[in-house]
Amino acid sequence: MTELPLIGEAIAVAAEPRLAGARIGVVTFPGTLDDRDAARAVRLAGGTAVPLWHADTTLGDVDAVVIPGGFSYGDYLRAGAIARFAPLMSKIIDAANSDAKLPVLGICNGFQILTESHLLPGSMIKNDHLKFMCRDQVLRVENSNTAWTLDYTAGQEITVPLKNQDGQYIADDKVLDALEAEGRVVFRYVGFNPNGSRRDIAGISNAAGNVVGLMPHPEHAVEVGFGPESLDGIGGSDTDGLGFFTSVLNKIVGGNK
Amino acid sequence: MTEINSVVEPVETKKFNIDTVENAAKTPDTDLPWAELGLKQNEFDEVVKVLGRRPTGAELAMYSVMWSEHCSYKSSKNHLRQFGEKVTDEMKKDMLVGIGENAGVTNLGDGWAVTFKIESHNSPSFVEPYQGAATGIGGIVRDIISMGARPVAVMDPLRFGAIDHPDTARVMHGAVAGIGGYGNSLGLPNIGGEMVFDSVYQGNPLVNALAVGVMRHEDIRLANASGKGNKVVLFGARTGGDGIGGASVLASESFDDTKPSKRPAVQVGDPFAEKVLIECCLELFKGSLVEGIQDLGAAGISCATSELASNGDGGMEVELTSVLLRDPTLTPGEILMSESQERMMAVVTPENIAAFEAVMDKWAVEYSWLGEVTDTGRLIITWDGVVIVDVDPRTVAHDGPVYDRPYARPSWQDSVQADSFTGSVQDTGRPSAPAELAAAVTELVASPNMCSKDWITNQYDRYVGGNTALAFPDDAGVVRVDEETGLGVALATDANGRYTYLDPYHGAQLALAEAYRNVATSGAVPMAVSDCLNFGSPEDPDVMWQLAEAIRGLSDACMVLGIPVTGGNVSLYNQTGTTPIHPSPVVAVLGKLDDVARRTPSGWREDGQAIYLLGTTAAELDGSEWANMRGHLGGLPPKVDLAAERELGEILINASRDGMVDSAHDLSEGGLAAALVESALRYGVGARIALQDVLDRDGVDLFTALFSESQGRAVVGVPRSEEVRFKDMCTARGFAHTRIGVVDAASGNLEINGVDTMSLAALREAHEATLPKYFG
Repeated sequence: MTELPLIGEAIAVAAEPRLAGARIGVVTFPGTLDDRDAARAVRLAGGTAVPLWHADTTLGDVDAVVIPGGFSYGDYLRAGAIARFAPLMSKIIDAANSDAKLPVLGICNGFQILTESHLLPGSMIKNDHLKFMCRDQVLRVENSNTAWTLDYTAGQEITVPLKNQDGQYIADDKVLDALEAEGRVVFRYVGFNPNGSRRDIAGISNAAGNVVGLMPHPEHAVEVGFGPESLDGIGGSDTDGLGFFTSVLNKIVGGNK
Repeated sequence: MTEINSVVEPVETKKFNIDTVENAAKTPDTDLPWAELGLKQNEFDEVVKVLGRRPTGAELAMYSVMWSEHCSYKSSKNHLRQFGEKVTDEMKKDMLVGIGENAGVTNLGDGWAVTFKIESHNSPSFVEPYQGAATGIGGIVRDIISMGARPVAVMDPLRFGAIDHPDTARVMHGAVAGIGGYGNSLGLPNIGGEMVFDSVYQGNPLVNALAVGVMRHEDIRLANASGKGNKVVLFGARTGGDGIGGASVLASESFDDTKPSKRPAVQVGDPFAEKVLIECCLELFKGSLVEGIQDLGAAGISCATSELASNGDGGMEVELTSVLLRDPTLTPGEILMSESQERMMAVVTPENIAAFEAVMDKWAVEYSWLGEVTDTGRLIITWDGVVIVDVDPRTVAHDGPVYDRPYARPSWQDSVQADSFTGSVQDTGRPSAPAELAAAVTELVASPNMCSKDWITNQYDRYVGGNTALAFPDDAGVVRVDEETGLGVALATDANGRYTYLDPYHGAQLALAEAYRNVATSGAVPMAVSDCLNFGSPEDPDVMWQLAEAIRGLSDACMVLGIPVTGGNVSLYNQTGTTPIHPSPVVAVLGKLDDVARRTPSGWREDGQAIYLLGTTAAELDGSEWANMRGHLGGLPPKVDLAAERELGEILINASRDGMVDSAHDLSEGGLAAALVESALRYGVGARIALQDVLDRDGVDLFTALFSESQGRAVVGVPRSEEVRFKDMCTARGFAHTRIGVVDAASGNLEINGVDTMSLAALREAHEATLPKYFG
């Protein structure tokens, strides 16, 4: 029997002995919504989820960080604009840029926070249709060499939920051209561009490939019975998002060997 | 006690000419604006009698909101009693907290409890759709938190005016965006609801909101202030000028053109503040840091102080200048009446003050200590130390006026019931040829009430939390509660205003029957009921009769189905001028699934599975969607057979548990035609259907078989390997079952013998185009 963990207490104990030593931090800001989901995804992938609080001044002993979705501080200004100034964010920025290249995944609001933090280029504006949209979205994995996509193959199509109001990725052509040239467009929308994102971009990485951000939610496609196939049944599987988490766990464990 | 208190400048208080209790006793003849505040002469006289003097301005404010229809249930109380009386011991077995608290609590087993409630936010949602609908979510979610539970899902039954009326788009866009904007920001999946368009709701749209929460048994909290010397604290958002008179003036009167705009009476929501409040409260509960807790909704501080005090040891002293304000010019009466959102009041022991403040500081939630619990039996409110309220809290919270409003069967009821659709002018040219029937089915599934609601539900987050196992458009929403065992709950809401207009007693029962059937269809065992009774003015004897009949019908039906009403809400005065809405009792049923992995979705998937129709079909088109599409409303609604509903429910639940069905979809509005199309479109898998056995057995024609809305029916998909077992079960229970076809995954068509073949692509286009066409 499980208790419902409080936010900031979303400790998920590893299921997989081989990967259990890998500790993935999950950040909670006031207004974060998908933190327990991200912690569950880490656990289902076999790792150990470690709760991180926005006001913490140390990252503790984590091997990677997930910045989950939500509306940090309400996002009444620009999505992610306040969160980037949280004490924990400066630690994450430093660790991501350090030689150790801490793997960081920003999902939805987490992606917005990463662009506001300048760990990733470009920005997100309101969806072109001006509405919140929740749908199952087909993505193509364009780059399977980042810390978070190693378990996919390039060109693989996956289905994960998408749900946001400010999901339209924009950047100037120079930045977009550079992203394409450097293989840093990690995910593209397939079949339908749900928000007007430039060049159908759903997710990107930094140059080193340790920092990845995307608008869709892989942590909502990690468990049979609760993913896109079970809820909507129009293709894909329930667990297409699990690869994000197994990718980074395997990389961490491999690196530790 | 805290630094925050110093924010309130004492100098501000000097601006007011404070009406003290002492002053009130000395000046009995002062004119007071009781009528403007919504009180009637007899009610004001009663206040004077209770107090033994005229009320102060602040007392008048409190009594006027707490004795309003919205807060006191004064017109419905005598009838609502039946929900508490018509209850067997068996029905009480799993009820941990019943009617009267913020929300009822039901035992789920394994130490888990679930609480749910449905409420209206109708009037504010017409005046200001975005904020009205948003704060509707906020209010019901705070009710759930108040019980000690973590909210886990929301649902929104909506009823708007005619789809093509210019004002409907205003309400639709605002309400849907408000529900999404607020609910999505709380991290609560929206798992279902309803959308009905009918011109009767043009000036009185219905925006109801349901929330469900779960907790461990030991975490159940109640709204009472006990323990002399314990401290009273107000926390969350600051108190502002919004929502003043929301309950008394807005929700307890009819709209008409002669009065000024009521926009200022609508509250404004801040979902971020609410989300923080949720987490902050759960942390308080976890640390056992509060003795009693109450959310601030209708009637704000008036309600919270008087209810907490009268449910506890009976006394409380509060200093009103300690309330943190958004607007320092508010008068004491306004502070007492303000319905500013995202506020909670709690009672804390002196030992827990430091721990309480630490939780507040962690979440950066503002709070102020207002006073303490006493044993005097009096609620004393002071303003800078001067007494401005001195009342027995029970007289405010519980002893409001109760009316036996006159009611009588409307003079027009008989003629309406005599006007059957069959044979009416609108019934000329009933479809019968294969091409006509195919066109009729397509027209039905594209009609405003039967079309796809994706335009709405795609603006809501159904995934957040990671525990959603079924969501709209499946029959019920299903959420997992325990991640290890798979224990979960299913919820459905239903109402049919047309049925209830034709026959309020049976119409209300039909709403319950449908919600019950929807929950059972998902495989869950129905356990409890919450209702939101949306009606016109109780001062109209016709409307009052509808309300009385609906409550009587609902309470009788609950007895037969064996599930208790654990809470709900009454929304009256939903009328424009003298024209009331259709009586619209929205009924929510909650069920339990031991393992949500066993839930039954509504769509077909596996090629070759047998399709069965459970139940029998009669010629019941009165009040149907088909009659509605043809502009007819008359006759009698479909017959209610609660014993059959129970039997059908047991079949569906057993079939789910034992893996005998892979899909199930209940038949309701739109009848078999709607159910077949929906089952096919859910996953884009067609079927071949032949209804001859049904026509022969039930003596109906093909059109009637497709469009009748006879109750107690469902369409199920049965794996070939389970067919014998499934048929044996139905036979043993003596329940009508007919094999009507087979799932055909390859064809891409819905083929019904006697009806032209319909391609799923064309059906989907018709089904999904309607809402985008009107709303962009």
